[in-house]
Amino acid sequence: MTLTIPSFSLVSIGPWITLSVTAILILLADALSPKGNRTAAPVLALLGLAVAGFQTYCLWGKGGLDFARMVYVDNFSCFFYLIFILGTALTVLISLQYLKDYDKNLAEYYALLLFATVGMMIMAASAHLIMIFLGLEIMSIAVYVLAGLFREDARSNEAALKYLILGAFASTFLLYGMAMLYGSSGGTLFLSDLAKHLAGENLLKPLTLLAIALLLVGFGFKVASVPFHMWTPDVYEGAPTSITAFMAVGVKAAAFAAFARVFFLAFPGFKPDWQIVLWVLAVATMTLGNVVAIAQTNIKRMLAYSSIAHAGYLLVAIIAANQLGAVSLMYYLVAYTLMNLGAFGVVILVGRKKDSYLSIYDYAGLGAQHPGLAAAMALFMFALAGIPPTAGFVGKFYIFSAAVQAGYIWLAIIGVMNSLVSVYYYLRITVLMYMKPAEADLGPITFAPAVTATLLLTAAGVLLIGVFPGFLYNLAMNSVKIFPGL
Amino acid sequence: MQLPILSILVFFPMLGAVLLAFLDRKNHKLLKQVTLGLSLAEFVFSLPLWFRFNSETAAMQFVERYNWLPQYGISYYVGIDGFSLLLIMLSTFLTPICVLATWTDIQHRVKEFMICLLTLMAGMLGVFVSLDLFLFYVFWEVMLIPMYLLIGIWGNPARRVYAAIKFFLFTMFGSLLMLVAILVLYFYAGKTTGVYTFDLLKLYGQNIPFHLQFWMFLAFGLAFAIKVPMFPFHTWLPDAHTEAPTVGSVILAAVLLKMGTYGFLRFNMPLFPQAALYFVPLFSVLAVIGIVYGALVSMVQKDLKRLVAFSSVSHLGFVMLGLFTFNMPGVQGGIIQMINHGLSTGALFLIVGMVYERRHTRLIADFGGLSTPMPIYATIFMIVTLSSIGLPGLNGFVGEFLILLGAFKANMLYAIIAATGVIFAACYMLWMFQRVMFGEVTNEKNKDLKDLSCREIAIFLPLLLFIVWIGVYPNTFLNKTKASTQNFVTMMEKAKATQVSLSHEDKGEAR
Repeated sequence: MTLTIPSFSLVSIGPWITLSVTAILILLADALSPKGNRTAAPVLALLGLAVAGFQTYCLWGKGGLDFARMVYVDNFSCFFYLIFILGTALTVLISLQYLKDYDKNLAEYYALLLFATVGMMIMAASAHLIMIFLGLEIMSIAVYVLAGLFREDARSNEAALKYLILGAFASTFLLYGMAMLYGSSGGTLFLSDLAKHLAGENLLKPLTLLAIALLLVGFGFKVASVPFHMWTPDVYEGAPTSITAFMAVGVKAAAFAAFARVFFLAFPGFKPDWQIVLWVLAVATMTLGNVVAIAQTNIKRMLAYSSIAHAGYLLVAIIAANQLGAVSLMYYLVAYTLMNLGAFGVVILVGRKKDSYLSIYDYAGLGAQHPGLAAAMALFMFALAGIPPTAGFVGKFYIFSAAVQAGYIWLAIIGVMNSLVSVYYYLRITVLMYMKPAEADLGPITFAPAVTATLLLTAAGVLLIGVFPGFLYNLAMNSVKIFPGL
Repeated sequence: MQLPILSILVFFPMLGAVLLAFLDRKNHKLLKQVTLGLSLAEFVFSLPLWFRFNSETAAMQFVERYNWLPQYGISYYVGIDGFSLLLIMLSTFLTPICVLATWTDIQHRVKEFMICLLTLMAGMLGVFVSLDLFLFYVFWEVMLIPMYLLIGIWGNPARRVYAAIKFFLFTMFGSLLMLVAILVLYFYAGKTTGVYTFDLLKLYGQNIPFHLQFWMFLAFGLAFAIKVPMFPFHTWLPDAHTEAPTVGSVILAAVLLKMGTYGFLRFNMPLFPQAALYFVPLFSVLAVIGIVYGALVSMVQKDLKRLVAFSSVSHLGFVMLGLFTFNMPGVQGGIIQMINHGLSTGALFLIVGMVYERRHTRLIADFGGLSTPMPIYATIFMIVTLSSIGLPGLNGFVGEFLILLGAFKANMLYAIIAATGVIFAACYMLWMFQRVMFGEVTNEKNKDLKDLSCREIAIFLPLLLFIVWIGVYPNTFLNKTKASTQNFVTMMEKAKATQVSLSHEDKGEAR
């Protein structure tokens, strides 16, 4: 018996390697450098991300599988790599001053961010269910730790613990699902093979359906879809604000990448079955997220519920299960990354010393005292509400057109009515900023250069891809050609 | 190469808004002067449209077209015909007047106010020139934000936030359903013709099955009916008008409401002609109810501004009645009445605003005998009141007469009931005028009110000019819309003759 090692090319996982190496370098640099000097870590992290971005750019246009068919090298994964890199880079930028205020500017923070990013990339590129699990765990474990970064803070601890325990449950569901699938497909977990094996006369259909349901639970947890959303508000509120932003953007995008890939590639034959379940989930997610967000007075909690609602919109894109749906999913995730990180950037600036100003009423009078900051926040709020000419509008437009194209007119109507509800609570922030006098003097806000740069970048991005959506549309369209069933 | 006038008109105010952002926020005078200059320039830019417009044809003119998102069939496609020409001229004409009216009225956050005003202007013009459904929708929504801010920031402190949010949510509600309908139309047309496009003119004349037309007409119609506003969707209007600053009310009444009626004319009826014909009874009845109800409610208002606001409901009812007659006089009357309402009601809001600035009250009971201290004001007020009532020789008469003429041709009953609205209008307007203006000065505070300043008179002169011009020689304006109206009426007649499939077989598509 001979053992053959299949040929592989490290280039196809270049970004993973770069980020992992950078993370290790950050840890080493921290261990070797004199105490108290921590400027190197964020710089290294950004450099690593830049290199990974360049590598992704070089990978663009290639197609195929590598590492014994375990890893996809295609535009779909590259597109998501770019989303993750963007999200992580912006997170690094908004973290600097924030962590310094807490005296927690630790090198391991940046290393963990990068490890989590690698996990996300693995999820987006995996061609095998085990790879998805691997990526999911690499990402999740890093994020569990990050959520509990403020060890002395009870709420941060609560967030980490809750996320860990519930996250572990969700992972278990995912694993069970995979196990069932292994049985019902006759022993394969390759995504591309699953569709073939599951098609046709299948006596084990109930088992497959059970497997799909269990996978749904696992993914539903990570994207914070109702009824698996219970952890979201508490974890988002308790975790450090920068990590909340990271979770809302990166973790969600990664989960959706895997979600879309698995469901579009492996289960096209079961479309009607999962579509109907997801229909219910999407409606429940949008509605609950938006309605409960109205009642929130803590800005982080409000954004947590808003992120639940956005998960609902994204589910609509998956339900549509057509090319446009996949494109809209990818476009929306880019738009969401920009507008949500921008909004969290403002939250960090306004929150100041150890998050003293997290109530939405702290935004009263911001328009008069800091017109620029208020204008940026207003832009992000309008974008999240989906009002043109922002990226948020185009994203929703794509998603609902995908739904209409697939014949889900009622889903589209429910979706737009939900964005009407969301307008109410997003507008409330602008009402407070511009139309109410300040309840107390807000005091000076220190505009940390990195955060300010993030705000400028995201604001410009939100407008730019909102007015000229064509470029991203083409990129995304190029990426979804890999799904034959759509 | 032809100058892209329409694009200049849309983007010049946006550039102006950006320019203003760099000016010193403390220098109110400069900000106002620059805005005035910009809005005057904008008016000058719009003049070639008027003079070079070819009244002989119903085709779109000054057309510009660039690809925007070609993969989706979305293009930047603008052009105007007779309908939009008049409304564009009205908007560019009113903006400098509005800027002048803010001179003393707006004293805080002047910079933001002017930026909002210019953005609003760009949005309004964008709506009127768009010939691409996507482009139209973008402008339609973009315009909401500055208006919302105008009401919410510079409105009456007591209830401005409530009014602003109500305005925003009401309008948004309608437009979101319209968005879904736009998408349904897009995919339907794409599937049947193979060309996926948001190009409005290509979407005209699709042979859409009736049940689809029915729902899409309702979805579009709801968006526009809320904007008009038609009874029973008018409840946001009195609040928005009453709480908005004077200029906000003027623009809201003069231009924003016209977007609703314009929407019916440009989108609803030509896109879904059979459904439009089917809905004539419903919409005519709602229009007539609006006419009478608006008038009756105006009669009992204690607040001047609220009275004018409800009178808008009544006037817009006339416009809707005219449009739904689908004959020459009715539609032409409807269009001219849109302009009339813009001029007269705009002027009325300015009049109310000026007295509010002096007395800080708008309650009719607080006034009386104002004609003694303010004779010029009284004269102007009188003319505008009479124009609003529809006195022959002034603009209101022409519009209402044509509409009623058309309505009599179409359905006698509606016309008769609607005609009572004219009588009620005379009642509430004249009664209000009498209570405010005539008699002894009962309130000490009103004794030495200052009469209008030169600036304020200058605001009214152009308005009065057109009020009289339309009243005496409406053909100047009717000629511009004649070809477009003729084309519209012919199209509706053709639609009446064509049968559309009434089958509900393909209804199963919707899940």
